[in-house]
Amino acid sequence: MEIDPFIFRLSIFILSIFVGYYVVWSVTPSLHTPLMSVTNAISSVIIVGAIIAAISGNEGVVFTSSSIYGFLAIVLAAVNIFGGFLVTQRMLAMYKKKKKDK
Amino acid sequence: MSANLSAILYLVSGVLFILALRGLSSPETSRQGNLFGIIGMLIAVTVTFLSVGNFSSGFIYVLIFLAIGGSIGAFIAYRIPMTAMPELVAGFHSLVGLAAVFVAISAFINPEAFNLGTPGNIKLASLIEMAIGAAVGAITFSGSIIAFLKLQGIMSGAPITFKGQHALNALILFSIIVLTFYLCSTQSANLFWILIAVSFLIGFLIIIPIGGADMPVVISMLNSYSGWAAAGIGFTLENTALIITGALVGSSGAILSYIMCKGMNRSFFNVILGGFGATEQSGSSQSKEQRPVKSGNADDAAFLMKNASSVIIVPGYGMAVAQAQHALREMVDTLKKNDIKVSYAIHPVAGRMPGHMNVLLAEANVPYDEVFELEEINNDFANADVAFVIGANDVTNPVAKTDPQSPIYGMPVLDVEKCKSVLFVKRSLSPGYAGIDNDLFYKENTLMLFADAKKMTEDITKNL
Repeated sequence: MEIDPFIFRLSIFILSIFVGYYVVWSVTPSLHTPLMSVTNAISSVIIVGAIIAAISGNEGVVFTSSSIYGFLAIVLAAVNIFGGFLVTQRMLAMYKKKKKDK
Repeated sequence: MSANLSAILYLVSGVLFILALRGLSSPETSRQGNLFGIIGMLIAVTVTFLSVGNFSSGFIYVLIFLAIGGSIGAFIAYRIPMTAMPELVAGFHSLVGLAAVFVAISAFINPEAFNLGTPGNIKLASLIEMAIGAAVGAITFSGSIIAFLKLQGIMSGAPITFKGQHALNALILFSIIVLTFYLCSTQSANLFWILIAVSFLIGFLIIIPIGGADMPVVISMLNSYSGWAAAGIGFTLENTALIITGALVGSSGAILSYIMCKGMNRSFFNVILGGFGATEQSGSSQSKEQRPVKSGNADDAAFLMKNASSVIIVPGYGMAVAQAQHALREMVDTLKKNDIKVSYAIHPVAGRMPGHMNVLLAEANVPYDEVFELEEINNDFANADVAFVIGANDVTNPVAKTDPQSPIYGMPVLDVEKCKSVLFVKRSLSPGYAGIDNDLFYKENTLMLFADAKKMTEDITKNL
């Protein structure tokens, strides 16, 4: 009997939860705020769904009842991607080590 | 592009996201981690374009909308002050939630685009995944909006409770399950819309009873939800990158919620069921009696610190409100010039989100190796001369160790009272968020400095 591809995706999902569990516990507490902003940015990879939804409308018609939701989702996800990564970068740039000469 | 190749590339971007989080294990590797995250995102978006392979006029519009969103995001990221980070993160969570809802709606209206069947005849598994993605996304959206309004001060931070609240919430959650069930058997669009509307409502109702100081838990929890929503959509789209990311973000938020709850010695359900501040306040106000307090001015504080050999700074939410982090660092610089050893002690729930204080200190150019977590520094208070508490209160209250009746009993606190002397910068004697009096105020060796945190620190610096 063949295995449903859903099971493979479920396996990836479960294993990723474990990977996430161990990776996040190793994050130093002083970086918890950047952790939240970067997870926020990467969860906007949902934009791949938005792009598919936006492009695959009818031939010749750009805005259909379904693609319009795709376009809206693109805007929201893009705000998050750019905003999330840039603000994380801005924060991380501030974490500096003590200068040796002091 | 072949489906296999794009699946492999999605996997690559998933792995890059894991490395992005891994980088945050230390500040040195963190910037590289962020770069991995950006590359992962670039790969995912590019692969999607190539696999759809439709570069018609719709594609141009995609780029335009991408640019619009991107410039708004970049603008916000550069303009936002660091003290507003909790609001920003809450706002961003709401966007992920809403995006998940929109993608789910689009997939429901036009399932052919995603190979999920035809309208009215969507594959059962896809429909369940879609419903989960949409419901969790909607909850994330409305919950984050409320959290945002509370943090921004537009809405009162006080918990809003009413009779039968828990019963109503339970009923709505139950109705979501029933709706999903009927949606699967009837494929009715109306049921799908009702499901989304009800989920918006429950997100709103879950967050309103939670008080302002519990926001660290709420933000972490919503972070987790936004991940599960993304994962739900990932299953619908059969996209590995989304599934991996959703799982990562989901578990990350869950761990942060756990850490925050532990920092307050409260169970997750206790926080979620809410109403903490409101119920406890009544009990403590009766026992309040007039006790003598020693208060001083900047001159006294400067004198104490000048004669100290080591000082520990305990920042709290009040420092963020007064934007006192830069003034604080200037004061510390002056102290260091006088060969006084200074370190910072951060309680896990200080501020309004995980790591809030660390970011503010980093912004003020405080080197991160002078900043310590509760467990690392708590034994040092006994050997320190002065503890400078700025804008923190409950996290220093010794009652958590001594009085089993106290609502905060058992919460890990900073052993500030073990210092030779304690300086408390506070605007008034009013109790903290938990509504309980802080015994520290009345201790022999405590000097209260009643003033705005920023102004007081500046004055002390002048007097040093």
